[in-house]
Amino acid sequence: MEFQITKKAKNVTFGLMGVGLLLTIVGVLMNMNDHHFLTRFLGSGLISGFFFFALGLGALFFLSLQYATETGWYASVKRVIEGVAGFLPYGMGVLGLVLLVITLNDGAHIYIWMDAKVLEHDEIIANKSAYLNPVFFWIRTLVYFATYMIFLRGFQKRSAEEDRIGGTDLHFQNYKKGAMFLVFFAVFSSTSSWDWLMSIDVHWFSTLYGWYTFAGMWCSTMVVLVLTTLYLKKLGYLQKVNDSHIHDLGKWTFATSFLWSYLWFSQFMLIWYANIGEEVAYYMTRIANFKVLYFSMFIINFAFPMLILMSRDAKRNAGILTFVGMVILTGHWLDVYIMVSAGTLGANASIGALEIGMALLMLGFFAFTVLKNLTKSPLTPINHPFLDESIHHEI
Amino acid sequence: MSDKVIYVMYDDDEALKDSAKKLVSKGVKISEVFSPFPIHGIDPIIGIKNTRLGIMAFLYGITGLTVATLGMRYFMVSDWPMNIGGKPNFTYLDNMLAFVPISFEFTVLCAAHGMAITYLLRNKTLPGMPAQNPDPRTTDDKFVMEIRLNENHGITEAELDEMLKETGFFELDKKEIN
Repeated sequence: MEFQITKKAKNVTFGLMGVGLLLTIVGVLMNMNDHHFLTRFLGSGLISGFFFFALGLGALFFLSLQYATETGWYASVKRVIEGVAGFLPYGMGVLGLVLLVITLNDGAHIYIWMDAKVLEHDEIIANKSAYLNPVFFWIRTLVYFATYMIFLRGFQKRSAEEDRIGGTDLHFQNYKKGAMFLVFFAVFSSTSSWDWLMSIDVHWFSTLYGWYTFAGMWCSTMVVLVLTTLYLKKLGYLQKVNDSHIHDLGKWTFATSFLWSYLWFSQFMLIWYANIGEEVAYYMTRIANFKVLYFSMFIINFAFPMLILMSRDAKRNAGILTFVGMVILTGHWLDVYIMVSAGTLGANASIGALEIGMALLMLGFFAFTVLKNLTKSPLTPINHPFLDESIHHEI
Repeated sequence: MSDKVIYVMYDDDEALKDSAKKLVSKGVKISEVFSPFPIHGIDPIIGIKNTRLGIMAFLYGITGLTVATLGMRYFMVSDWPMNIGGKPNFTYLDNMLAFVPISFEFTVLCAAHGMAITYLLRNKTLPGMPAQNPDPRTTDDKFVMEIRLNENHGITEAELDEMLKETGFFELDKKEIN
């Protein structure tokens, strides 16, 4: 209500969408006659669709984490988290559409287990078909979407109600619902990453995969929360957010970067050490076709935040946070890009107009939706029980 | 050089904080505060600089990382190349991954122990060291502020007494130091 999207922000976000759409069309025209075209097109949709969907989901997770732990400091940035979480339905729409088109094309060489012809002569995949079959895949996908949606709507409804009537009843209800969401999320974050991403490399599996995907998603979400908060502060909103809040969000970015790096390394080292053929295959394709990109992506997402965000002053500096944030956000997009492309196109994969175009299109759409969500309610919650604590937050 | 130290005792941390604020605004320099627990927000009031323990932690960590790397290179590669699970160690780099967990653990070990020991040394609170606090009650439920006359040249003792009286202290103690 107090926040209005500036003309500049509107121009930039629509500009991004325009440039993205243009690049996508250029990419389509350039690659239309290529026989990998459909795989590349849908794969590119899956990369950007999943990445931006995950930002919204990460925000929903972070919000329920704050509810479940009855955190106080976050109250003055709560609307930013809700704004990002509000992208979730749109993210689901895009991801759902991409998944639907993939399914209608018998997996489009992305999910080869959807192709009946592959199943006939591939015993490993055939043995997994009790779990990996299009019908059960869609039941699971819809259950995930529905669960996320129900919790998101509930949080949004209670948040608006809290602004009107306040009181601690809503707070304890949020506390319960937050904890309940975490239970569902603990299972779904793993299984959904198996379904949507790990099943691309269908012969291979890793029990760390779900955690790995989740850590990347969480880290990207924290970056988006920092950037949005800094942007709003620069425009003169969020007066109640002080350096300590920025410092805390910076710490989360730093910590989740480490969580991600830790899981990346754990998965890599265990497979390297055991050296079992069917496990190593996953990394062989990555090292053969994406050597530079794969390892530089790891260095960017690990060393960059570690060295630059280590000091207290850096985590309180808007310029440094913005710079590091943008770099590691790109790094995590690259991570998702390799997750999808290595198993689908392999040696034929490259980042061209199509991939960049779709990413920019989604970025513009995401940024505009988040800003639009922020206009719908006061930027500082009015009756949040921990608001006073948050205003006096000092570390 | 003789000096006079004034110990002002309060029975509440908020009371101490309020009076410290008042005294500092009148130009009094408070040299130390003794308290059973950390008083939130007292540091900027009495002008304590940010801790540099974090920088030391970083240096200890770097030391640990270096020692671990050099050590493992000597033990596992130079002195006696080890062959573990079919992975022979003829170069350090080829088997870097196997050394990462130990490098990490040793970095953390050195950083944590270095930090703890530095902290105890700097505070003079190593086990067995004589207590620094003026009154044993500051480890229980009392809060003491230390003011040194030598650090407050512009203010006479009488003026200081007057100011302190207004803050409503619990107990006042003065001590001559030679």
